[in-house]
Amino acid sequence: MKTWIEKQKALIDFTLASLARRKIKNLGLLLVYTLIVFLLASVMLFTHALSKEAGKVLENSPEVIVQRLVAGRHDLIPPDYLERIGRIRGVQKIEGRLWGYYYDGVLKANYTFMVPQPDALMAVESGKIAIGATMARMRGLVPGNTISFRSYSGKLFSFEVSSVLPNKSELVSADLVLLSEADFRAFFDYPPDHYTDIVLSVANPLEVRNIATKLSTLLPDSRPILREEVLRTYESIFNWREGIVLVLLSGAILAFAIFAWEKASGLSAEEKREIGILKAIGWETGDVIKMKFWEGALVSLAAFLLGYIAAYLHVFRFSSLLFEPVLKGWAVLYPRFELTPEVDGFQVATLFLFTVFPYAVATIVPIWRAAITDPDAVMRG
Amino acid sequence: MLFQPAVIALLLASLVSLAMLLAASPFALEVIRHWDIHSGSERQLALERRTYLFSTLLGFVFATQLVSLLLFVFNADKMAVMFVGAMCAVGTLNVNPFGFPALIAQIVVFFLAAAWLVVNHADNRAEDYPLVRVKYMLLLAMLPFLLAAFVLQLEFFLNLKANVITSCCGSLFSEDKQSLAGDAAAMSPRQAMALFYGALALAVSSASAYAWKRRGGYLVALSSAIAFVAALVGILSFVSLYIYETPHHHCPFCILKPEYDYQGYWLYLPLFAATAAGLGIGALQPFARVASLAQIVPGTGRRLAWIAAGGFALFALVASFMMWRSNLILLEG
Repeated sequence: MKTWIEKQKALIDFTLASLARRKIKNLGLLLVYTLIVFLLASVMLFTHALSKEAGKVLENSPEVIVQRLVAGRHDLIPPDYLERIGRIRGVQKIEGRLWGYYYDGVLKANYTFMVPQPDALMAVESGKIAIGATMARMRGLVPGNTISFRSYSGKLFSFEVSSVLPNKSELVSADLVLLSEADFRAFFDYPPDHYTDIVLSVANPLEVRNIATKLSTLLPDSRPILREEVLRTYESIFNWREGIVLVLLSGAILAFAIFAWEKASGLSAEEKREIGILKAIGWETGDVIKMKFWEGALVSLAAFLLGYIAAYLHVFRFSSLLFEPVLKGWAVLYPRFELTPEVDGFQVATLFLFTVFPYAVATIVPIWRAAITDPDAVMRG
Repeated sequence: MLFQPAVIALLLASLVSLAMLLAASPFALEVIRHWDIHSGSERQLALERRTYLFSTLLGFVFATQLVSLLLFVFNADKMAVMFVGAMCAVGTLNVNPFGFPALIAQIVVFFLAAAWLVVNHADNRAEDYPLVRVKYMLLLAMLPFLLAAFVLQLEFFLNLKANVITSCCGSLFSEDKQSLAGDAAAMSPRQAMALFYGALALAVSSASAYAWKRRGGYLVALSSAIAFVAALVGILSFVSLYIYETPHHHCPFCILKPEYDYQGYWLYLPLFAATAAGLGIGALQPFARVASLAQIVPGTGRRLAWIAAGGFALFALVASFMMWRSNLILLEG
């Protein structure tokens, strides 16, 4: 075992020196390799962080949301529904929610008007509103300012901004306007005791599906939306987007594999002579293959580390300048948010199969060709 | 569901492995037909050179299989979120009938490649390469397995549709199910423990006996295969329970997760290494009488026997340690 390690150490030593002798050629390869790793790793880190963020946002959302459908369209919840649902066993808490959209002609964007839940931290007095940070920024509002909205019925309503929601919640609160229930009903002319939808808290996660089944038998015109379904959809969409981008980039991977093949098979006369001399002084074909293997491993390791670190900085330090428009989606009131850095072993393994694997495949045959060179054929020139 | 990064990577890996072996098979046929170590002809020289390519290729396929086996399990675990009722890898693998066969095929290919590499290693050390023909026949024999692994994987991923109701690990391994996995979980802990420790003890002792006396190579292979199955049954029926500290969670994959401190690796790494070594000893046995291998087979076999004995012993120790440390009490008194 010890001699084996010593042998590999000597081989690595030799390989490093041999790599250093052909700096320009190897640096070119390293650069392209690093770039490929950088591109793929950026896509992966970015989508992964985004889907994590979505998961975190949903963590605190209610387990079940119930909407009522009329002719397949979302409709208001009539007054007696809350009571009827209340009898289902396993439901811990049940609340009607009030929310709606309001189009603001100034920003040409939609706001979400919402009444905070009674037990929420953010209580809003009548005549006042709390607004999201993005909206505050775009409209230039600070606490204490007054803002007027023309309601859909044509009446003008004025509200005082009591607070701006914290930046931390910007991902979910970019376009949010919180107002009191009385203001909401007056502003939208909402029928009394009607709600937009109902949220249910269920303590036991295993019960969620049962409760959803019961709901759809009890209220056939309702549509229960489960948190796990939303999570599942997010997960598939993010993975799908990532997959599509990777497929689009597969052209680049293929080009890189061809490039690696060319580099590995286009041995210069000097390299050929080197291998010839090594074999003449007693190296076996297997030893040359081992040396070339170490060469590939060292280049791959360096490129992988450099590319991954660059991608990490790109995504988490420079907010993924290059991919933002494709992967993040688009909106007038787009929230500013910082992604939480997250490195995942599974992801690294996938990335490894996408980059190092093609490189290895592309270089196996050229390496073998180089290794079987006859010493006399080379030295005779 | 093909547009998932890990799925693309896995399919790419197994497709490329398969393509490499397929591209190599005409040359393998040529080697089988024309190999003649005593000839000095140009063709023989070319064939000898080509054998280097094949051993490198197989080594590469082996390494790829190892990585993709791990990735396959991880991927199944990650994808569990997308299926109703699936809570971990078991649920995902159960979404369609191809999941578990795909996993098993991959494990089989892994062990076959390992055995081939052992034979190759022994052959390369002999002066006259006595096993070249056998090696290349074995290589061709491996092709269908690789093809099956690829097709099963492809079918599994093609037939994955998010939202199909699947049983999670709790219901697959629940006590009243009549499937094989269900039977393993339903085996009483006492029986399973007897089987587990019995098979491991047999494997360790037969491997050590081989290391000392150089006899009973086939027994080592057989006992390793039995110990592998018994170990998996043991993990399903009681080791996992001790790790999770709940009497009903039988999942063999969740122990690989960070929530359980990656304890599964301590079990699976020695287990797979030991089984591969044990099977390798069996693969060498038919050639023990070849004149030029007479010295080599016992030497290589002995080293493998130590790996097998040590691996199984380590596995048993780690499993016992986990059970000893656990707060769960499965057997009283």
